[in-house]
Amino acid sequence: MSYKLQFAELLPYWNVLLQGLIFTIVLTVVSTVAGIAVGTAGASARTFGPVWLGRIVAVYVELIRNTPFIVQLFFIFFGLPALGLKLSETTAAFLAMVINLGAYSTEIIRAGIEAVPKGHIEAGLSLAMTKWEVLRRIVLNQAFRKIYPALSSQIIIVMLGSAVVSQISAEDLTYAANFVASRNFRNFEVYLLAALAYLVLAMLTRSLLRALGRVIFKAR
Amino acid sequence: MLQFSFWDILSNLLIATQWTIVLSLIAFVCGGIVGLALLFMRTSRIPALEWFTKVYIEFFQGTPLLMQLFLFFFGIALFGFEVSPWTAATLALTFWTSAFLTEVWRGCVESIPKGQWEASSSLALSYIEQMRYVILPQASRIAVAPTVGFSVQVIKGTALASIIGFVELTKAGTMLNNATFRPFLVYSLVALIYFCLCFPLSWWAKKIEGRLNVAR
Repeated sequence: MSYKLQFAELLPYWNVLLQGLIFTIVLTVVSTVAGIAVGTAGASARTFGPVWLGRIVAVYVELIRNTPFIVQLFFIFFGLPALGLKLSETTAAFLAMVINLGAYSTEIIRAGIEAVPKGHIEAGLSLAMTKWEVLRRIVLNQAFRKIYPALSSQIIIVMLGSAVVSQISAEDLTYAANFVASRNFRNFEVYLLAALAYLVLAMLTRSLLRALGRVIFKAR
Repeated sequence: MLQFSFWDILSNLLIATQWTIVLSLIAFVCGGIVGLALLFMRTSRIPALEWFTKVYIEFFQGTPLLMQLFLFFFGIALFGFEVSPWTAATLALTFWTSAFLTEVWRGCVESIPKGQWEASSSLALSYIEQMRYVILPQASRIAVAPTVGFSVQVIKGTALASIIGFVELTKAGTMLNNATFRPFLVYSLVALIYFCLCFPLSWWAKKIEGRLNVAR
């Protein structure tokens, strides 16, 4: 048996796929920014906050890190309406992504914070800096510098994981690919194209983050 | 109409959990074997082999696991073979796992001091012998913690097999939800079962990692 791949049949659907790609990019960018904000707050709460708050954050982190993203997504999209909180598929997708990345980045940033020598914090405080100034200028500044590579790869992992949001019919690249496959039955071609798009996106994100890192964390 | 009690739901989920465990074990063991072969290729210093493994790893780490599942599911069918979700899931998860394990293990191999390579090659050991008797015994000690840590990712990865129709824990949850209309309960239980599978492994990985740091 020989089968000829027919990529030409995908051409009429280029705008569907492009829209999906754009949704995936927006989803990634928004959830990265919000997720890192959650992570920074979580990590600060865990290291400097009161004990009870730290415990809550720890439970959140472990719950998210030890369950699959798809189950978190289903829980938010199908489970929460039972409690009266109804979300659209797009909102649910964004929320799930932020919660997911928030947990992972909490753990990553916490590792960075713990690597900051205690003497630096004491030195900052003895210079009459307030607690917030010490946190922002001394602790987080150094922590982010250290954990930037780990955070970058987590962002890429989350971006690839976002393919799953198609399962609650949020209209990302995978959803678009499913849609096209359901129309022209060229399953393999469209999934191969989508996979390559993700691959290019992952490589671009990586080099972009590396360049960004060089700008933000200029050599001391 | 059939009624589902709490225990019906839980027992059905637990039955499906067995398939999650079986799929995770197969993916992890097969992925480990393929990963080890790739590790030898990746560190062989033969350009063609290194290049091949680099492309392989880039592809499997740079595309969503879901896409890989789709590609195996629909791709093999093009050659005229009947593909069950079971075959597609096993293959995709094996290749995906092997790509990540190879990268993890390569890091461990590269952390072995260069002098070990030089000393063993000056003793006229071949490349395979160097790996077998000198490098891997040392590298494997460092590799245990990240490998156990990655096994958590494999268990979570098997949840995606539900999308191509493999009935494991997540798929069973979806089916039970469709039958009972109690999504909150069902997905809470599903998440809880995953947590019970993954948390001990995460905890163990962290513990081994801590022990290694003390030894240093």
